[in-house]
Amino acid sequence: MKLITHNMLTSKCIKGVLTGYPLAINATDVKVTEVDYNPDFLSRVIPKLDWEVLWTAANSIGHGEGLPKAVEPKFEENEEFLKKAHKVLLEVEVEEGYLTCPESGRQFPISKGIPNMLLTEAEVQ
Amino acid sequence: MSKRPEHLAPPEVFYNADEARKYTQNSRIIDIQAQMTERCLELLLLPEDSSCLLLDIGCGSGLSGSVVEENGHMWIGLDISPDMLDVAKERETEGDLVLGDMGEGVPFRAGCFDGAISVSALQWLFNADKKSHKPVKRLYNFFSSLYASLSRSARAVFQFYPENESQLELLTSQAMKAGFYGGVVIDYPNSAKAKKFFLVLMTGGAGPLPKALGTDETDNSLQVKYAKREATKGARGKPLKNTRAWLLEKKERRRKQGKETKPDTKYTGRKRSGRF
Ligand SMILES: C[S@@+](CC[C@H](N)C(=O)[O-])C[C@H]1O[C@@H](n2cnc3c(N)ncnc32)[C@H](O)[C@@H]1O
Repeated sequence: MKLITHNMLTSKCIKGVLTGYPLAINATDVKVTEVDYNPDFLSRVIPKLDWEVLWTAANSIGHGEGLPKAVEPKFEENEEFLKKAHKVLLEVEVEEGYLTCPESGRQFPISKGIPNMLLTEAEVQ
Repeated sequence: MSKRPEHLAPPEVFYNADEARKYTQNSRIIDIQAQMTERCLELLLLPEDSSCLLLDIGCGSGLSGSVVEENGHMWIGLDISPDMLDVAKERETEGDLVLGDMGEGVPFRAGCFDGAISVSALQWLFNADKKSHKPVKRLYNFFSSLYASLSRSARAVFQFYPENESQLELLTSQAMKAGFYGGVVIDYPNSAKAKKFFLVLMTGGAGPLPKALGTDETDNSLQVKYAKREATKGARGKPLKNTRAWLLEKKERRRKQGKETKPDTKYTGRKRSGRF
């Protein structure tokens, strides 16, 4: 699971959960794979992110170093900033661990890099 | 016996490790899925020359995702079959994967995707694989959560295999109830082999449905079914009709104008670089 996905993922499909966001990350295995740098894509996606959640998530798995706490003004022209965003959003991946719903405490396992968001019958709306 | 896989077993059972491997190695399947994905992307009308974030619903082993990548976009895939997702991992697709059941809802935050595609997966929602499964409710859960996860004026396009007319009606009615506009586009309606169904769903204002392929200009209207061109009432508390509505419609109109030139430029200027 990449952190871009974590930034979008919620547990709001659980009955009774309102926003289910952000999910807390517990990681036992994190890897970094190289991904082609695409400033176009980054400029488009950054305004849609919850940057604070990204910052917290990156730090919670030990990859927050040097990451600015807020989106910088004119970030589209700031290559240094975009490269940092690129790395945490697309290159850092949680391989093993689990996510925790902030409202219900429900845990979602992450195994082989894939978060399992399947619900039980009782949890479905 | 039925040839439809969705009649044989639940998707997570049907798409087991064996089937996932067979499916992904079959060159005929690869070709067909790629073609249909290209058509879905075309129908999405994404802003030209930009790299978008797309949701691939029922992404499977990532055959559709590979085409999304080739077109310069990033994708997040949702699928119910762990074995299909394992193969996607093995193939080192560049999209990111989530294990989940679309009928339980799309587990993403509001407004995060520039568009959604789904290739050969939607028909599975007509099944009731568990006692608790009610297709109508699952369709509504799915469409309403999908609607929320799309950014304003984004589209969702599904290639799927309907069994009958009533399924088409059920699909469109649940999608409209969830706030979407749109309908079903049928390409090559007169060819047994090439005929393909695409459900095209739009947010942020009504627009005409795209033209189907393989039809005469004159009988085109017959090939577009259940187009809901009027505003459907009851958008269920979604911020559809806020003050930005006029602006969105204006945008949609502009997009429509751009579309006129599409047939000539189908493959020209398509972004092939900028992979992730
Ligand atoms: C024919 S495959 C298509 C895969 C991929 N889109 C492609 O073009 O190759 C259909 C996929 O839909 C998935 N699927 C079926 N029902 C689903 C559900 N309720 N939620 C999520 N995925 C589902 C299956 O697991 C399978 O991977």
